[in-house]
Amino acid sequence: MARRVLMGNTAVAEAVRLAGVQVVTAYPITPQTVIVERIAEMVERGELKARYIRVESEHSALALVYGAAAGGARAFTATSSHGLLYMYEMLWWVAGSRLPIVMAVVTRSIGPPWGLHSDHHDALTVRDTGWIIGFASSVQEAFDMTLQAFKISEDRRVMLPAMVALEGFTLSHTAEPVEMPDEKSVSEWLPPREPLPFKIEPGKAFAVGNTGPDEVTMELKWLAWRAMERSRFVIRETDLEYAKRFGLRSYGGLVEDVYAKGSDYVVVAMGAWCGDLKEAVEKLRGEGYRVGLLRIRYFRPFPWEELREVSQNAKAVLVIDRAVSIGHRGILGLEVSSAIGDRVPVKNVIAGIGGVDTGPEDFYSIVKTFIEEYESGSIEGWSIPEWYMPWMGVVSK
Amino acid sequence: MGIVYKPIDPEKEGIEDLEILSEKLLSKPSPGSAGKTGTWRLYKPRILVDKCIKCGICWLYCPEDTIAWPYRGLPSINYDYCKGCGICANVCPVNAIEMILEGE
Repeated sequence: MARRVLMGNTAVAEAVRLAGVQVVTAYPITPQTVIVERIAEMVERGELKARYIRVESEHSALALVYGAAAGGARAFTATSSHGLLYMYEMLWWVAGSRLPIVMAVVTRSIGPPWGLHSDHHDALTVRDTGWIIGFASSVQEAFDMTLQAFKISEDRRVMLPAMVALEGFTLSHTAEPVEMPDEKSVSEWLPPREPLPFKIEPGKAFAVGNTGPDEVTMELKWLAWRAMERSRFVIRETDLEYAKRFGLRSYGGLVEDVYAKGSDYVVVAMGAWCGDLKEAVEKLRGEGYRVGLLRIRYFRPFPWEELREVSQNAKAVLVIDRAVSIGHRGILGLEVSSAIGDRVPVKNVIAGIGGVDTGPEDFYSIVKTFIEEYESGSIEGWSIPEWYMPWMGVVSK
Repeated sequence: MGIVYKPIDPEKEGIEDLEILSEKLLSKPSPGSAGKTGTWRLYKPRILVDKCIKCGICWLYCPEDTIAWPYRGLPSINYDYCKGCGICANVCPVNAIEMILEGE
C-alpha cells in the first residue's frame, strides 16, 4: 500500500498501470488529456508494457480498442465531452459485441458555447448504449472505480464495457491523497484477461456482427440487458471484495448512503459535488432537519432497488441534476422518478450546467427551500410530471 | 419497473448467455450463406480470353471470392454468387474484362 498525492487524471492513469493494460489509444481532449499523457510517460519509462497508439479521432480511438479487445487484449482509452459524442456509434458496437473495455470519461459540458468545465451531459447522453456507467466523487474513488471497472467488465457474468466518469477539473485536476495497493497484490486479484466472449486470431475465420435476422438483433439486445442486470451483483460484490482485500473503503455498491435511509427527506445526486452536498446535509441535520443524501455511484445499471429501499419511509425526494433532457426534465431526475415516482413525490432541480459553481451554501438553500416548501404544503399533492422544475444559478440579463 | 429477469445463478446464466452470444454474434463464412447473390447482378463481367494475361489481379480484388484463378492460368467467374460490382473490370490492367448488361 502506498499513499500518494495525485490529481484525478493521474490517479486514473495509475489504476490503468496497476491493471496491466495492454493496449491504450489516445486522442487528446481537455480535461482528459492528462490521463493519456501520464500513460504515455509510463509506457516510455517501461512501467507499463502496453501498445500506446495515437489515433486520428475519438471514433478511431474506440474502434481501435474494440479491435484490441476482440483480439483478447485488456484495453483502455479516455475522452471527454465532444470526444465521447464522436465515439457514439462505436459505443454501441463495443457493448453489443460484449467486449470488456474500460474508458475514463472526464465530464465536460457540450457546446455551444465551447466550454471546458463540468456537467453531466456527455456521460448521460450515452446511457442507452449498454455501457456500465460509474460516477466517482473523489480522487480516491476515481482510482478505485477504474481498477474495479476492469474486474467488473471482464467478469463472465457481465462482459460489458465500463465507463468511469469523473468530474472535469474539480476531480481531474485536483490533487488529493490516494491510497494505492501495490502491483503484486493487484495482479493477484486481477489476473490477465480471459479471451471472452471470443477472440479474433489468425487462422480462425469468422465475422463479428455480420448482417443478421431481426430476431438476432433483438436477442443480442436481450442478452446485453440480462448481463447488465447481473452486473448489479458483481458491482456490489467487487466493492466489498476490493475493500476487504486491500484494506480500503467500501462505498456501498451502486449507491453511497449518507444518512439517507430512514430520513424524511432524501436528496439524490451524483458526482464530485456530492462532497459539498454532504456538507450542506450535515449542516441541516445539525439544525434538526431529518434529511439524508443518497449518492448514485452507478448510473448504469441504475440502482432502482436501492432507491426504493432507501426512500420507502421518505416524505419527499429531491434530485439535484447536472444534466437536463431538453423537452422533459433533469436526466437523473427522470431516472429517479421512474424508479420511485409512484411511491414518493420526486422534485427535480437543475444546477451546475456548464460548470456553474454550486457550493455548500447553494446546496444548503436548495435543500432547505425544498423541505420548507414540502412542509408548508406548497409542493404536496402534485403528481409527475406537472410540478415545476427550478433552475438554480441561471444568470440572465 | 417491468423487471422480468432476476438472476438465480448469475455464474451459470452468464456462461450460458455467452454461448448463445458467440453463436449469434459471430458468423462463419460459407459459400452461399446469404443465398445465390448472383441474382442481384445488373451487369455481368465477361473475361475476354484473348486479351487476358493471366495475372490474377481480378482474383485478388474480387470482394466476394467468386473468381477462381488456377496459378498463372485463366481465371473463371462463379456467376451463382458474383454480384456484378465491376471491381474486376476496373482493376484489370489490360481491360480484358467487360461489363455487359444482364440478359443481353
